[in-house]
Amino acid sequence: MDALRPYAAAFSSRFLLMMQYRAAALAGFFTQCWFGAVHVMVLAAFYLGAPEAAAASPISLTQAVTYTWLAQGLLAVMPWVGDPEIADGVRSGSISYDRLRPVDAYALWYVRAAGWMTARVVPRVALMILAAGIVLPLMGQGQWAWQPPASLSAALLFLLSETLAIALACAIIMLINIIVVATMNARGINFLMQPIVIIFTGNLLPLALYPDALRTFLLVQPFAGVLDIPNRIYFAALTGQMAWAGIGLQMFWTALFIVLGRFWLARVMARLEVQGG
Amino acid sequence: MNAIALLGCYFSASMRSQMQYPASAMMLMLAQLASTAIEIVSIWALFDRFGAVKGWSFGEIMFFYALIGISFSFADFLTRGFDVFGSDFVRTGAFDRLLLRPRSAALQLVGHDFRISRFGRFFQAAIILAIATSSLHFVWTPQAVLLALWTIAGGIAFFGALFVLQAVMAFWTVESLEAVNALTYGGVYAGQFPIALYARWFRTFLIFIVPLACVAYYPVLAILGRSDPLGAPDWFLPVAPLAGFIFLGLSLLAWRFGVSKYTSTGS
Repeated sequence: MDALRPYAAAFSSRFLLMMQYRAAALAGFFTQCWFGAVHVMVLAAFYLGAPEAAAASPISLTQAVTYTWLAQGLLAVMPWVGDPEIADGVRSGSISYDRLRPVDAYALWYVRAAGWMTARVVPRVALMILAAGIVLPLMGQGQWAWQPPASLSAALLFLLSETLAIALACAIIMLINIIVVATMNARGINFLMQPIVIIFTGNLLPLALYPDALRTFLLVQPFAGVLDIPNRIYFAALTGQMAWAGIGLQMFWTALFIVLGRFWLARVMARLEVQGG
Repeated sequence: MNAIALLGCYFSASMRSQMQYPASAMMLMLAQLASTAIEIVSIWALFDRFGAVKGWSFGEIMFFYALIGISFSFADFLTRGFDVFGSDFVRTGAFDRLLLRPRSAALQLVGHDFRISRFGRFFQAAIILAIATSSLHFVWTPQAVLLALWTIAGGIAFFGALFVLQAVMAFWTVESLEAVNALTYGGVYAGQFPIALYARWFRTFLIFIVPLACVAYYPVLAILGRSDPLGAPDWFLPVAPLAGFIFLGLSLLAWRFGVSKYTSTGS
């Protein structure tokens, strides 16, 4: 087990560090509630204004509402930006220490990203469940609430799929990190990721609501595994074999990105020119 | 040197520093154009699936979307100093230096850093406005142009006020509060749709507490020549942007109060 200790330490130190930012979490939560509420009201206006199109829609309004709250609660799981510590390390030259450590750089950075992500997402999801899942129904606004999972099996499958979503998101973050190291600049790639993430994960609009012609592409591209697949498992729009197919797709992209990332990182680190003194 | 000339100096200094790296400045602008353009994709997808929403066409929504985007891009351009006030001025103590200079702190913050990249959003919104105009067969009469400029001015004042309020909070919290993002970026998002789509409590909030509807929804109705389906009187629609300026005035009063209570954190 000793071999795993440095990685466990990297995970927990990042987790504890992020937990210090309670004010940031609260502010983020407030922002997410606002966006969630506007999203829900806009979706409701479209669904209720066109009953026929709504009946033919691949997901119901109730499902789309739950999708919206899930998307807001899980905002921190999206691979928005590379690890800021790595960007700093590239600028200051301290990244060379990571090469000297007797641990695997890919694994170390990967668990650090996972720690960073889980620490940010845990308090926000908890607050969001409280607000959108418990307080809203108590206020008599049950139809706009975050609904519980469709069934026990859906809940269990969702937990598995969400864990894979985090694993996939970290694998994508690793690719961003490697681009940061290779280009010595975090700004460009971070800016580029924002629109990609917001559209292709389903964060802006559930992927099923985009025009049918785009459906096949949207459902198999890697970012669907970060949000859309676990969400559809949650409210049982994906069940049985289809749910397992979704989970398989998440595993496929995660494995592919990890292999690609490891290979690429080894090459980048081998010809890394260290800046700073 | 008067205030306008001073701002001119700040402006040209900011521009020259960014044009040291012209390729980088252009890329940032293009990136912002692209990243703001995606919002319209989701709106288009919703219209594609559900059709017109409560009597509003896609062209009309694009009109709301474009005008709020133009207002916000200018406000964002002018208020970068307030945006980074907590992190770059209060936390570091750099604000003390601003207070020592014989010019108002607010003026120096307006001039702090004009970002060329902000025009990415402006160009994107201008393109959407052109598309909306042609899809609605809208004719820009001189009256409509004036009304649009008045609306944009009110919108700049409104969003400027939010950035000032964000800076005021930094006097007490040191860091700029991310929660204001809900009102700035979230305001842009909420203002993209006619507020008639929203629940009553949210409409009330956007009219009376944070008067976003007065700089977006009402004047755009006046430009489009539509009456408010919720029953606001017709005379009120073109007057509404005034609320943006009142909001800015109140936020500057809060700013003055904040400055008077300021104690340095620097060393």
